[in-house]
Amino acid sequence: MSVQAEAIAPRRKLGRSATKFLSNRSAVFGGVLVATFILLALFAPLLAGYDPFATSFTSIRKPPSAEFWLGTDELGRDIYTRMLYGARASLMAGVVSVAIAVAVGVPFGLLAGYYGGWVDATISRVTEALLAIPFLILAIALAAFLGPSLTNAMIAIGLSATPIFVRLTRGQTLAVKTEDYVEGARAIGLPNVLIIIRYIFPNVLPPIVVQATITIATAIIAEASLSFLGLGQQPPNPSWGSMLNTAKNFMTQAPWMSIFPGGAIFLVVLGFNLLGDGLRDALDPRDN
Amino acid sequence: MLKIIARRVFVAIPTLVLVTLIVFGLQKILPGDPLLTMAGEERDPQVLAFLREKYRLDDPFHVQYLAWLGNVLTGDFGNSLRTGVPVSTLIAQKLPVTLQLAVMAIIMAMLIGIPAGIIAAVRKGTVTDYAANAVALSGMSIPNFWLGIILIMIVSVQWRLLPASGYVPLTEDPLQSLRTMLMPSFVLGTALAAYLMRHTRSAMLGVLTSDYIRTARAKGLLPKTVILKHALRNALMPIVTLSTLLFGELLAGAVLTEQVFTIPGFGKLIVDAVFTRDYAVVQGVVLCTAVGFIFMNLIADVLYILINPRLRHPQ
Repeated sequence: MSVQAEAIAPRRKLGRSATKFLSNRSAVFGGVLVATFILLALFAPLLAGYDPFATSFTSIRKPPSAEFWLGTDELGRDIYTRMLYGARASLMAGVVSVAIAVAVGVPFGLLAGYYGGWVDATISRVTEALLAIPFLILAIALAAFLGPSLTNAMIAIGLSATPIFVRLTRGQTLAVKTEDYVEGARAIGLPNVLIIIRYIFPNVLPPIVVQATITIATAIIAEASLSFLGLGQQPPNPSWGSMLNTAKNFMTQAPWMSIFPGGAIFLVVLGFNLLGDGLRDALDPRDN
Repeated sequence: MLKIIARRVFVAIPTLVLVTLIVFGLQKILPGDPLLTMAGEERDPQVLAFLREKYRLDDPFHVQYLAWLGNVLTGDFGNSLRTGVPVSTLIAQKLPVTLQLAVMAIIMAMLIGIPAGIIAAVRKGTVTDYAANAVALSGMSIPNFWLGIILIMIVSVQWRLLPASGYVPLTEDPLQSLRTMLMPSFVLGTALAAYLMRHTRSAMLGVLTSDYIRTARAKGLLPKTVILKHALRNALMPIVTLSTLLFGELLAGAVLTEQVFTIPGFGKLIVDAVFTRDYAVVQGVVLCTAVGFIFMNLIADVLYILINPRLRHPQ
């Protein structure tokens, strides 16, 4: 393939992937779910009928009604309003922690895959050791040492997810490294850093995008889990996980306190999973 | 074959050493002084000095690490900073509880996931297939602690069928023990069942299009024999590995499941320890899960070799 054809091919491939993605109904459904939640989070102040922190002793644990769409909690706060603001915490936690994992994991993976030798051996052994500690257990331990807060939970989840990206990037780099265009770049004496940035990175990106989408789903559940345990978002700040934490004490008296925040986690995670599956199918080079 | 297995065991050793280094290092790098927890409210300088001496906190990192590792290797994980009970005793108490939960969850997941995967593969592209996929994806997306809460509301509160919380040891009253664990293990097993279903399906689809299956069909074997005897055996390999690899996921899930159903297991131990800043217990539990996970990986490798004769001889 000539250099020019090589440059055009990715764009054509991208177009084909887009068509494939759009014809996949469940992937589009996932995208719509995710987009809806992003909009709800963005416009929370406009959509909310109440102040998320305003307590009211005359309306404690009221079931869903025209006045309070999804009911009220144990302090009389509107659950619909708190869920809108909670969506911000959940989505931000998902995106920020995956951004941390990608920002730390991908460079290490590129280094390990490209240079091999002792660099690879060192990075790979550490990655394996980190992967031996279950994701959530590592996040809990890190969050415990860092202290409970939403920011620390995001750092803890991000660092716990890092080894996944190191391993994935390393494997992809190993495969791409032997391609002719990389050999060519090396033959004309391009510095290693440029080869990695210009030729390796763009070609290992698609599987990383797929993994990142799916990991956002995992990270959202992880944030909800940490907040549910009391290690994430601290009261009175709303997050779906921390809402469930209080709600479990009122299971019999106020089931709506549990049903809606949990349902929201389920839907947004389902959205990201569908989106990830769709992206995987669309970007799969084997089908092209 | 023994030689290959021995080599796998040998390869796991550096990983194990690194895990201990990470678990020990975490506490050193991150902020928070466990001494202040131990010294109590008064923070008597004499007590602090005594504790610094006792835990060798003035020694260089590697001396501290080696001393700690030496203790760990003899089964001494230190004592709980709060209660003074040896961490190993705590772990020995809680581990059987979580193991019972985990084993029941795996069995439940296999009973649901593998047959569902086979059926979905055989009926590829039909409504059954789509439904199975949709259920699996939902199972993967549902937060298990929420599923637990919902099930308690329906099964325990509304129908009064199963207990909502607690734990009865298997040795004390087997029937009641299984009854109390039924809901928690289902909750813990759902995500696993979903993964198993998806992997069984794709593994079966891969196998079903191969030549030897066509031959088996052409020779007129019953469809049941072809699917269960010929295809499943070869599809089983990735599934076996997956089940062992998801063991870590299971332990992590147990933390939340135990919290929802108030089961006094491993997960509750680490969460309680986190809140009382009992770092020795946190360290011990994390180390134990990691070692358990590495061990499960080894088992997966060995099973691989046992199932696939091609791996028995090194190239």
